[in-house]
Amino acid sequence: MVKEVMTSNKAVAEAVRLAKPQVIPVYPITPQTTISEYLAQYVADEKIDAKYVKVESEHSAISAAVGASGAGVRVFTATSSQGLMLMHEILYAAAGMRVPIVLADANRAISAPLNIWNDQQDSIAQRDAGWLQIYVENAQEALDTTLMAYKVSENPDILLPSMVCLDGFILTHTVEPVEIPDQESVDKFLPPYVPEHAFLDPNEPMSIGNFADPNYYTEARHDMDVAMTKSMEVIQKTCDEFAEIFGRKYGLVEPYKTEDADIIFVAMGSLCSTLRVMVDQLREKGEKVGLLKIRAYRPFPTEAINEAVKNCEKIAVIDKNFSFGIGGALYADMKVKIDKEIYGFIAGLGGRDITPEAILEAYEKTKAPENDVTWIGLKEE
Amino acid sequence: MDIPDKDLLAPGHRGCAGCGASIAVKLALNALGKNTVAISATGCLEVMTTPYPETSWEVPFIHVAFENSGAVASGVESALRIQGKDDVNVVAFGGDGGTVDIGLQSLSGAMERGHNMLYICYDNEAYMNTGIQRSGATPYGASTTTSPKGTASFGEDKPKKNMPMIMAAHGIPYVATASIAYPEDYVKKVKKAAETKGPAYIHLQQPCTTGWGFPSEKTIEMGRLAVETGSWILYEIDHGNFEITFRPEERRPVKDYLSTQKRFKHLDEEHIEKIQKYVDAECKELGL
Amino acid sequence: MVSIGCVIKTPGNSRNNKTGSWRTFKPILDKEKCIDCDNCIIFCPDSSVNKQHDIDYDYCKGCGICANECPSDAIEMVKE
Ligand SMILES: Cc1ncc(C[n+]2csc(CCOP(=O)(O)OP(=O)(O)O)c2C)c(N)n1
Ligand code: SF4
Ligand code: SF4
Ligand code: SF4
Ligand SMILES: [Mg+2]
Repeated sequence: MVKEVMTSNKAVAEAVRLAKPQVIPVYPITPQTTISEYLAQYVADEKIDAKYVKVESEHSAISAAVGASGAGVRVFTATSSQGLMLMHEILYAAAGMRVPIVLADANRAISAPLNIWNDQQDSIAQRDAGWLQIYVENAQEALDTTLMAYKVSENPDILLPSMVCLDGFILTHTVEPVEIPDQESVDKFLPPYVPEHAFLDPNEPMSIGNFADPNYYTEARHDMDVAMTKSMEVIQKTCDEFAEIFGRKYGLVEPYKTEDADIIFVAMGSLCSTLRVMVDQLREKGEKVGLLKIRAYRPFPTEAINEAVKNCEKIAVIDKNFSFGIGGALYADMKVKIDKEIYGFIAGLGGRDITPEAILEAYEKTKAPENDVTWIGLKEE
Repeated sequence: MDIPDKDLLAPGHRGCAGCGASIAVKLALNALGKNTVAISATGCLEVMTTPYPETSWEVPFIHVAFENSGAVASGVESALRIQGKDDVNVVAFGGDGGTVDIGLQSLSGAMERGHNMLYICYDNEAYMNTGIQRSGATPYGASTTTSPKGTASFGEDKPKKNMPMIMAAHGIPYVATASIAYPEDYVKKVKKAAETKGPAYIHLQQPCTTGWGFPSEKTIEMGRLAVETGSWILYEIDHGNFEITFRPEERRPVKDYLSTQKRFKHLDEEHIEKIQKYVDAECKELGL
Repeated sequence: MVSIGCVIKTPGNSRNNKTGSWRTFKPILDKEKCIDCDNCIIFCPDSSVNKQHDIDYDYCKGCGICANECPSDAIEMVKE
């Protein structure tokens, strides 16, 4: 095991090198670009024995990924924002075809206006595609989660693709120390992908991606829901196995000082680092506050959330995305599934800093609510 | 021509009686043999051959969407080659819509990247699966449901996009046109394409009884008429060498071809004359 | 119950679907007249003529292509 200082994009690329995918169709877009560059270099330097497919668009990146995964090999791709939007149609196809692709999404705002900075609207817009979505907080978690994603997605009970979501620039372009696991341990944790449900081999012909009429479509989609629900258990098991080999513990959610908290912040991704500091500061002032970091957004870990928030009075959800007329997506999901007093806050869109003041504003407005949903850090003029 | 014991496209498919698309695919698969993986775009072909839980494909088959069979094939080809399966043929089928319109970018990328694969556009000159809407491959004067004849319209008002030449401009090693009415010529080209290292493209004219409006028994006859009138020219471009592969003894007037199809029935002499001129110019350019 | 991703692992099982029921005209092949050109085999969209030039009425949709392409008028289309 080596420790190196690197960005989350490099950490993802390192995870990909260790996971040994055989086909990598990828198309550059800020802030994902360096992932596609690192991987091109790794292939050029024979650090990965893979076909790097220099596709002409993200639509073709994901299409080639489905083709390759359907053919039966491990596949990686990555994108961001507009690129993920261009993939939209095929993301659904990938999940429906049950190909266990792993995709890293460098979270970035969606145009218009054109904006290259971070929020999470891009991956949130794909939340119903049938992909597992895991939001990470730092470079180490980006690396570890990418490795775990393959193991979960390729589990015969799951066979749904995974999206590892990492905040653009905040993570993708910021360096942190990262422990890089050794290949031998990774090989032990993540053996080669052996497809059984779908592959393309002239010795055993099968048809993949077929047409299904009303007699079958509903069951096919329902099966995906069953697999998605089941994935909660598999994610947890995989996290435990990972912890045993590599020593780092993860779960569906990550509670921080929630036990005795009256108010709990709920958020996803790098924002959780800021929130943890804020929780400590507020605690010093005697405020009983906690943080629940959601790692797995799909599957939606209702039980794990309920367990973490059971003692609190109120919940403040901070979303870096927005659904018109509703509020943030995470807020909306919480309102549906969690029986608590919940307030939603929209922040950090298009790279707007989520300042300590903004977080305090959310905290105050949870204590003394005026609206269900509030945009925080909004400029007055 | 070699006749296999069993076709690699099974009967029982839902193509219309007299469907040219199934002839197109049957002949290609039989020429390529069992050691083949097939990809298809959404369209008549995919829908008629894979209504779950039944498939007509005797070779491994994958479909993902309408506009991406070039890219899907790229992924399949890459996966096979990285596993050392260099001898497996990769053949992608796309309708004219899936090829010359919505799938053009994906196909262009695939061809440019040099994947060792064959792409066959089965061109029935409209979006048949969705009910005969025009495509970029619909010929001048054809009435379709989105380029209908009317008081202010004589049907499609633009000539057919020259897709084989667009493919040739990619500098790929093998490009050919073909017709299901000339199976020996077509099969020879499929085999040549399969032997070619790198990308190959065949643009196959496939008359469609339903979409063109002729009796089902005339599918092949219609393909022959297209070639005999010079409306469809059979050639290949093998490593840059252009060659006409079939020359009709005497070119018949296009009217013989147009007058037998419902989609052209409305055309007056003036338009027929115009189409004749188009065809004459095209034949002259290609040296027919 | 559907298979995972609706994958079909029974190649060519569309043979279960007997399209012969679509037919309104039936091709009758007269082997006496046949000159073995194989056009009827090559051009049949439904793989319904075998190497011995027997017609498989399980799948034949009665399109009439074989009759139209037969150079020796060995195939006649008759109403079912
Ligand atoms: C993105 C997208 N747009 C539109 C469609 C609807 N659609 C399905 S097949 C088709 C037309 C296919 O035409 P073509 O490629 O010529 O094949 P054909 O059906 O004629 O064989 C259309 C428009 C679709 N499936 N996906
Ligand atoms: S519409 Fe044309 S191409 Fe489609 S199945 Fe019918 S005959 Fe074949
Ligand atoms: S009528 Fe059509 S389907 Fe029947 S055998 Fe002849 S060509 Fe084949
Ligand atoms: S097309 Fe006519 S002559 Fe040719 S093989 Fe068939 S029946 Fe015989
Ligand atoms: Mg078409």
